[in-house]
Amino acid sequence: MIEIELSKILDTTGGKMELDISIQVPQYSLATIYGESGAGKTSILRMISGLMLPDSGRILVNNLAWFDESKRINLKPQKRKTGFVFQDYALFPNMTVEENLSYALAKGQDRGIIAELLDIIELQRLKDRKADTLSGGQKQRVSLARALVRKPEVLLLDEPLSALDEAIRSKLQDYILRVHEKYKLTTILVSHDLAEIFKLSDRIFVLKRGQVQKSGTPSEIFLSNKISGKYRFTGTIIEKSINDVVAVIGVLVGNNLIKVIATEEEADALNLGDKVMVVSKAFNPLILKINND
Amino acid sequence: MIEWAPIILSFKLAGITTILLLIVAIPLAYWLSHTNSLLKPIIETLVSMPLVLPPTVLGFYLLMAFSPANAIGEFLDQTFDLRIVFSFEGLVFASIIYSLPFMVHPIQSGFNNLPQSLSEASFVLGKSRVATLFKILLPNIRSSLLTGIVLTFAHTIGEFGVVLMIGGNIPDKTRVASIAIYDEVESLNYATANIYSVILFAITFSILLTVYITNGGYIKRIWK
Repeated sequence: MIEIELSKILDTTGGKMELDISIQVPQYSLATIYGESGAGKTSILRMISGLMLPDSGRILVNNLAWFDESKRINLKPQKRKTGFVFQDYALFPNMTVEENLSYALAKGQDRGIIAELLDIIELQRLKDRKADTLSGGQKQRVSLARALVRKPEVLLLDEPLSALDEAIRSKLQDYILRVHEKYKLTTILVSHDLAEIFKLSDRIFVLKRGQVQKSGTPSEIFLSNKISGKYRFTGTIIEKSINDVVAVIGVLVGNNLIKVIATEEEADALNLGDKVMVVSKAFNPLILKINND
Repeated sequence: MIEWAPIILSFKLAGITTILLLIVAIPLAYWLSHTNSLLKPIIETLVSMPLVLPPTVLGFYLLMAFSPANAIGEFLDQTFDLRIVFSFEGLVFASIIYSLPFMVHPIQSGFNNLPQSLSEASFVLGKSRVATLFKILLPNIRSSLLTGIVLTFAHTIGEFGVVLMIGGNIPDKTRVASIAIYDEVESLNYATANIYSVILFAITFSILLTVYITNGGYIKRIWK
């Protein structure tokens, strides 16, 4: 269990803002902090990893205090067991892929983990390439692997996929899920991509102007009515055509275009670009709009 | 035949100055690029002063400060048997101060241009500040280091005013090439002055050319 109670006055582009949160992330869960830019999402990750000093509060990870203002405890970033995947990857340009990973090794740590991680992210073949000759998606995989070398207790992902295109993004989400389960991590993800949140996380904190507004499972937060579907996925509407009797709505789910039949009234309520969830219930698939405000 | 001593002395002075200055400038530039201290603008100004101040001003004050007739000079003389004025040690000391901005500025801007996330990533991976500096930051600002080294070296070769003030014109001790040229011209030995000048010109030209070729990636292009 990670217990986070933090407050800090942040200097943002929109003036001073008070970040004040109290959240709990159960062990082994994959939680998302969701919110518009400037809400303080990245600052929370930076405070957990020790890169930013909170004004007050505490951070307890499995009952160990990483930060406690009242007891004057403040572990250095080096002493906290976090893996941090930066938005700009932060790979060391002077090193190869393999060197980037082995730099992270602790003194006396077994090198076996390097080969294992290279296998998981499927970059064994590119291990001797310099980091800055890789594509965005490859860099992100190296960055993810490097964050795991020291076997962290908490993995922090700062909008790791925002700069990548859809196909690569979906593949990287699979990598994240795979390592999250394999290494029994507690992961905190910062994201504003709803499809990503639905796919990856089991808990979500909605952050607005430095405060947690809502928290719960993704469906509790984003779907107004509860449904128990046999299968369901989220996607984006990319086409809509109205035939004589019914409307056909094209939903892009990952790389697949799925056509769903809807009544004319349903179709009127949906626009191109809307994020929706497709659920099977009784006979016809249902198509539901996701509220993200 | 000309005397080679002044030329050799010039290069010896430049070499020693460059090495010592590199050791001084790396921590100083690191501090300048990371600190929010109120002292920062003052230190930055002091580092840059040799760029605008006539070298004679610097030389004059060094001469005053380290003269054995004054407190500091007397202390150094009696305690360490070290005499700064009219000695090679004095030239090294003055050159370090005089060339400070040429070493500190490139390294400082090299540090500033590196994304902050590089050091942060290294800290989160459990590495100390020192390990981060030597394994991540310095290797990634190699071209800034090279620029600093070459500018300092070339600038020290080209020193005149400050050397003349604090070092004078003592053969084998403080008579560097630039002084020797002046000396020969004063004695109307234009031919000798010309030889010294040509040698200095040729050597510094080749050093700078090598740097631009290496930094510009020309070698890589030809070898591919």
